[in-house]
Amino acid sequence: MNRNKLSEFLIEKGLLITAVFSIIIILVILLFIIIQGFPAVYEIGFFKFVFGLSWFPSDSQYGLLPMIVCSVYVTLLSLVMAVPLSLLSSIFMTEIAPDNLTRFVKPVIETLAGIPSVVYGFFGLTVLVPLMREIFGGTGFSLFTASIILAVMILPTIISVSQEALRSVPVHYKEASLGLGATDWQTIKNITVPCALPGIITAIILGMGRAIGETLAVMMVAGNVVNIPGSIFDPVRTITSNIALEMGYAMGIHYNALFASAIVLFLIILILLVIAKYVQNKYKMDIRGS
Amino acid sequence: MGFNRLISPKTAQKIMNIVLIASGAIIFLILLLIIGYILIKGLPVVNLEFLFSNPIDSGKSGGIFPMIISTLYVTLVAGLIATPLGLGAAIYISEYAGKNPIVGFVRFGAEILASLPSIVFGLFGLAFFVIFAQLKWSILSGGLVLAIMALPTIFQVSELAISSIPNSYKEGSYGLGASKWQTIYKVILPTAIPGIATGVILGMTRAISEAAAVMFAVGSSLKMPISIFDPGRPLPLHLYILSTEGISIENAYGTAAVLVIMVLIITIFSNYLINKYQKKIMGE
Repeated sequence: MNRNKLSEFLIEKGLLITAVFSIIIILVILLFIIIQGFPAVYEIGFFKFVFGLSWFPSDSQYGLLPMIVCSVYVTLLSLVMAVPLSLLSSIFMTEIAPDNLTRFVKPVIETLAGIPSVVYGFFGLTVLVPLMREIFGGTGFSLFTASIILAVMILPTIISVSQEALRSVPVHYKEASLGLGATDWQTIKNITVPCALPGIITAIILGMGRAIGETLAVMMVAGNVVNIPGSIFDPVRTITSNIALEMGYAMGIHYNALFASAIVLFLIILILLVIAKYVQNKYKMDIRGS
Repeated sequence: MGFNRLISPKTAQKIMNIVLIASGAIIFLILLLIIGYILIKGLPVVNLEFLFSNPIDSGKSGGIFPMIISTLYVTLVAGLIATPLGLGAAIYISEYAGKNPIVGFVRFGAEILASLPSIVFGLFGLAFFVIFAQLKWSILSGGLVLAIMALPTIFQVSELAISSIPNSYKEGSYGLGASKWQTIYKVILPTAIPGIATGVILGMTRAISEAAAVMFAVGSSLKMPISIFDPGRPLPLHLYILSTEGISIENAYGTAAVLVIMVLIITIFSNYLINKYQKKIMGE
């Protein structure tokens, strides 16, 4: 009996260790990035690093602002393209489409989500870039091209999370609306979507996180020129692409500066997640409150 | 409101039906366009010789066999490390932790891991595994980075699978005098296996697809990796190098097609597993 109790105890503690492991890993990741990034922030100065306008490693100038601005632009433009399309199609799949069509669409979305980002980048490079060159002139490598590729890549994230939100709206809410003589669309517009809104916002925030973090696909079609773009057809370089482009040969303070830009990325993602959490918690309160 | 007055609800319904159907169709067309294009351009290149021979002239001609092996190798290493950790955490959180605040921490931790940019994992892999732990550019370094990236997916999906098992199953086992671990081992895990497998497969898909996270960890050797301490070059990284360095667009199409087919097979297989799982839970 005692031996059994001992082994039960050991198993429980062993499982506890595996559970804490992911937290430890995050701390180790954070620790290592900070250790490697800190010398750069210290030497360059925080404000000069984050708000500096020029990035010339060969001239010891490390200003991240153009990259931050480009990351934000690319992300926002991709959201502008992806959000309406993915919300409308989520509504279509959960509220309108017959069940067997929905069953067929689910693997389509999963496949879109599973395609490696490099394949999207490659498709952008061989199809989209020449097409853009043809239509708008220039090189074809631009903020606009990168945003299109990103929009396609974040579609599955936004669709699957907002579908879940739409599905979790209680059926009797909709039935009450339909019972009052509202059309399907009136019910969707006035009942289903407002009820699912916090989930939909979470979906958009997650898509945003994915867009900001995407590296190679953006890098393959964005042109990678360090500047603050004047038009959406200018070539741009994001924070992530900058790391991937320069890490291979970076030395000394340049190497540290790239880690420091990873800290900036880490913080952006953390802020987005906290906002998503806040929205979710508020939603839970609302459901209980009503 | 002005919009509502101008158009009757019935007309609005008709218009929206068209808009909604169109948006669903656009998503489907995008997928068809991308996959169709890659397969049409790539499949003519893919044959047994392409799959099973070594690259010549850094990939200008020849095949992609070492890259396929590198991909399978790093994915296997990642799976062997991430599965016990993710599954163990899922069992602890759903069966042991109860209302302990650790549940919130672990779940939030998994969400952070799941949404960190892959390039951040890449930098961490370089600083920690390659340089600090002195594992150099190797299959092991790459596999460890991918294990960390696959961990949250395995944890999240397995937790869902385990917690969706009806309580009556556990009560039956306890009623027969089984201990907690016996119940988990003999009742819960076997029932949740298809769900857990789905989690592992999804985690592995993330590992198979990743290039940015491994580009500074696994090296980019064109040679066949033998031991886990050898450098390698997984398929996505090969595709990236072939296309951006303009080495061979033809072989890049072939490599992309192989990747797309891998993802298609995995998606179909995991859907089959999920369907089977749902039938099992509902049928009994």
